[in-house]
Amino acid sequence: MSASAQIGTAAPKGFLRRCIFSTDHKVIGLQYLFLALAAVTLGIVLSLLMRFHLVWPNAHLPFLSGGIMTPEQYLALVTMHGTIMVFFVLTTAPQSAFGNYFLPIQIGAPDMAFPRLNMLSFWLTLAAFLCMAAAFVVPGGAPISGWTAYPPLSGLGDVTGPGEGIGQTMWIVSILLFCFASLLGSINFISTAIDMRAPGLTLMRMPLTVWAWFVTAILSLLAFGVLLAGGVLLFLDRSAGTSFFLPAGLVVNGELQVRAGGSPLLWQHLFWFFGHPEVYIAILPGMGVASHVLANFSRKPVFGYRAMVLALGAIGFLGFLVWGHHMFVSGMSPYSSLTFSVLTMSIGVPSAIKTFNWLGTLWGGKIQFHPPMLFAIGFVSFFVTGGLSGIFLAQPAVDIMLHATYYVVAHFHIVMGVAAIFGIFTATYYWFPKMFGRMMDETLGKFHFWLTFAGSYCIFMPMHFVGIEGGVRRYADSSGATYLAALQPLHRFMTIAAFATAAAQLVFFYNFFWSLKRGRKAPANPWSATTLEWITSSPPPADNFDGRFPSVYRGPYEYSVPGASQDFLPQNVLAEEDALANQETPNAR
Amino acid sequence: MPGNVATATLQLNGAGGNANVGAPSGNGGQGSGPSGATGVPQRTYVTGMMIALAGILMFFAALVSAYTVRRGFPNSDWQALEVPRILWLNTLVLLASSFTLARSRRHLLSGDDESFRHWWGVTAILGVFFVAGQLIAWRQLVVAGVYLATNPSSSFFYIFTAAHGLHLLGGIIGLLAVAFRSPRRLARRTAVDVISMYWHFMDGLWLFLFVFLLAGS
Amino acid sequence: MIIERRATRAIRNRRRHRGSAEPAVLLALLLAFLVVATVYVSAAHVFPAPPPITRVAVQVDHQYSITLYATGAAFVFAQLGLAYAVFRFRDRGQHAHFTRGSVLLEILWTCLTALVFLVLGILGSRVWAAVQFSPPAPDTIQVEVTGTQFVYTFRYPGPDGKFGRLDPALVNAPAGNPLGLDPKDPAAKDDIVTSTLTVPVNHPVELLLRSQDVVHNFFVRELRLQQDAVPGTVIPLHFTADRAGRCEIVCTQLCGLGHYRMRSFLNVVSESAYEDFLRQQAAAQ
Repeated sequence: MSASAQIGTAAPKGFLRRCIFSTDHKVIGLQYLFLALAAVTLGIVLSLLMRFHLVWPNAHLPFLSGGIMTPEQYLALVTMHGTIMVFFVLTTAPQSAFGNYFLPIQIGAPDMAFPRLNMLSFWLTLAAFLCMAAAFVVPGGAPISGWTAYPPLSGLGDVTGPGEGIGQTMWIVSILLFCFASLLGSINFISTAIDMRAPGLTLMRMPLTVWAWFVTAILSLLAFGVLLAGGVLLFLDRSAGTSFFLPAGLVVNGELQVRAGGSPLLWQHLFWFFGHPEVYIAILPGMGVASHVLANFSRKPVFGYRAMVLALGAIGFLGFLVWGHHMFVSGMSPYSSLTFSVLTMSIGVPSAIKTFNWLGTLWGGKIQFHPPMLFAIGFVSFFVTGGLSGIFLAQPAVDIMLHATYYVVAHFHIVMGVAAIFGIFTATYYWFPKMFGRMMDETLGKFHFWLTFAGSYCIFMPMHFVGIEGGVRRYADSSGATYLAALQPLHRFMTIAAFATAAAQLVFFYNFFWSLKRGRKAPANPWSATTLEWITSSPPPADNFDGRFPSVYRGPYEYSVPGASQDFLPQNVLAEEDALANQETPNAR
Repeated sequence: MPGNVATATLQLNGAGGNANVGAPSGNGGQGSGPSGATGVPQRTYVTGMMIALAGILMFFAALVSAYTVRRGFPNSDWQALEVPRILWLNTLVLLASSFTLARSRRHLLSGDDESFRHWWGVTAILGVFFVAGQLIAWRQLVVAGVYLATNPSSSFFYIFTAAHGLHLLGGIIGLLAVAFRSPRRLARRTAVDVISMYWHFMDGLWLFLFVFLLAGS
Repeated sequence: MIIERRATRAIRNRRRHRGSAEPAVLLALLLAFLVVATVYVSAAHVFPAPPPITRVAVQVDHQYSITLYATGAAFVFAQLGLAYAVFRFRDRGQHAHFTRGSVLLEILWTCLTALVFLVLGILGSRVWAAVQFSPPAPDTIQVEVTGTQFVYTFRYPGPDGKFGRLDPALVNAPAGNPLGLDPKDPAAKDDIVTSTLTVPVNHPVELLLRSQDVVHNFFVRELRLQQDAVPGTVIPLHFTADRAGRCEIVCTQLCGLGHYRMRSFLNVVSESAYEDFLRQQAAAQ
């Protein structure tokens, strides 16, 4: 009797079991991917409304009740844009979508360790998204406290402002659901990576994508529990009369609040203890994909594989120690600020190592500019830019003039809103043939890249200068302080660039959906790649390998190995099989 | 297919770096089995539970640090809460349940199925008693006029006991599930191992929380 | 390292590997343009912060500049390095150079990066100490700053030098008591409450930041100084302005729908003008 559980040996029948309530990690991965696509569309629309309002605040918008956008509506857009993008796009697509789809295949497994738990994770995430979207339509509308939801603004109900009633409650419930979903998901990822690797697949032979998903899952596991705790406490403050975050003597709108002894800073600590690892959760998978794709299309191993693994681990570990850099001017002790500053600067070291190694991977290569490669190169460029602006913010003496200005907005948008998104694009263009059995159109893909690359820099580089000149974030318009008027030309430029870049994404959507149906049929290994997902058919069969599970004999990036008969050696092939493999592995290039 | 050929080669020359193979050769009924080739090794469920416990630990760690911070504020309105005495009894009950659980597992390992079921059931009953005892403690506090929002110390008391109690209820459901249904994918021994880990962890967690609350009273 | 040197029959090469030059060139050009534009706009101070009006603010600017040089150099090197790499190593039919990396290089650039961060960190901590840890001067003027949704209210202790007691239950802005001054407290009688902040030039000032409702912030660009005002706390902030003038005070911590219009003024005036101001205010209270 087998000592292991059989999974996925019989493909389920019926549309409902196959496509909707499926435990197949590939289906679940695609479900997450389409959820993220829907979320990013909504998030982009919200941001366009924001950018439009900043430049034309008195424009008549027919779909708004009252016609003209009010400040609270603007703040609701700010809150929901940030929340939806951070959680339902940047945490969902790189990790839950692509990780779910490709982690098992890249390690030679038939599925995740706990397929039913996996399915539960997705449906919880979807429920969280619907709950979040519902905040738009409840009385009072969506919350206005930002994705950071600082109390007392978020902790007292609608006495502090519109949207802070039911809307904020929906937000909290949605986040709590999301926390559960993430925790369950990370259990799956970590268990699978530890226990279900193919024979011969040692840790130091894992693709960097698997390493990235693995480290990211550990971050998720340890961070979301803290957000869950904080969210519960905030919920209780709002609805049960507790005072975790609410001090005594609050007078809101002329009403004295009956609370005592709590601290708004406690929320900030709990939130950012989660919040900082969260942004590494958003970027680490993109780093893994970038390394993976750069090697593939430079036809060289990743430069310094071991250092890359160590850097991933270092970033993950240090990421838990730096949360205070969001709180330099919060009222936290200045000595704590110094400590957090030192730790934050030290994260720059593994990040720099990764950047040097990416350059090293390209150096001496044979670079082929397919769309995934273009986006991977773009990822490196934006990561450099965004990472460097972080060095200003890491020092409290400089942060004191940049905190909560558009400089910060520029920084995190470049690393998260561009680099991480480029990671998602890289993954999509790279793995589309494998997932859907068809190639995306190369010309459209390249066109999409050029527009998005140039457009994104046009949107976000000027934003730094708005911040340096004192442009404050989360301002509904510039009619408050008089010095803000001078920044309007920059805002106009950025808004136009934003609309243009958003329009360019239509090229991607068109390419994506057209290619699903009409793309050229994809071979098993269109990119002549080495890792295990490319030895199986496109798309893979239900158990990923049609019963013939591979063993691994070499590292993941054996490109252009001297003496080999072709410029790549798949992981599952022994040296003697080199000649055989040459005939058997379709070389579609 | 390349994969096919490689497998044959593995048999011939034992290559593949056995020392580092992700799935070490099995040791009989428990645990390993081939990974990747046919499915999930039993030991994966143990790994999964350990990871789950790490996540749960972080949740409680956040609450504990919030408690510590809140209690440490100067000029605080913190009023030390007198821990209801029934909590001592509840703690003993939960400790006992860990012993009965370990005993039941030993019976399973030695093949004595009936004793296994007996002590397994006792554990579940003790768990129910614990939860009931916690609810009685709540009732006692309410009768004394101490509610969730009365004082930060009472807020945390209710939250700690509620969070732990809910997790323990989950454990009881797990106990009942093994008692009444043979799981398809899990070998019974693995299920017992996994639930034991969870239960003992909840016991240990309760011991810590109890001592912690006592120290604050 | 064997790189096949092709004959300089570039046309023949391009035909054989059509397409590999254009993206490389375009990418390199875009990156080069990015670098040039960014360096120009930064160096030419096209969008400058307003001139600093304290000595500490000058130090902050100095630290910003040093950071800009260091990160700017890294930016130029990395982006141009990327541009060069994608151009030089585009597929022209050559073999890629097989290497797994270089431990020496890893050590080298790790140490270099760490060193740069160390220096920046040390220099920056000195400036931070100047901002936060300077000892109080004996003649420091204290002014209390209270943030509410969505106005600033300032309070001077008055001739007795003592701040009167505040009681949240007495807060009644429409009736003229926005801070909840307790009329029964004799120290409160001479407190001066204003809606703008007036301070003398070259005189140390300590602000006591508080908030009545949500978290606010006090930010003056010219001081290069900002600090959150957290309800339930009183947070000190000190500066010495060395130039007279009028600056705007804005709130940078999201505080509700009126966040964008929460704005006041800092008036730095001469000592005698400041004395006049106090006298006038005392008479008017």
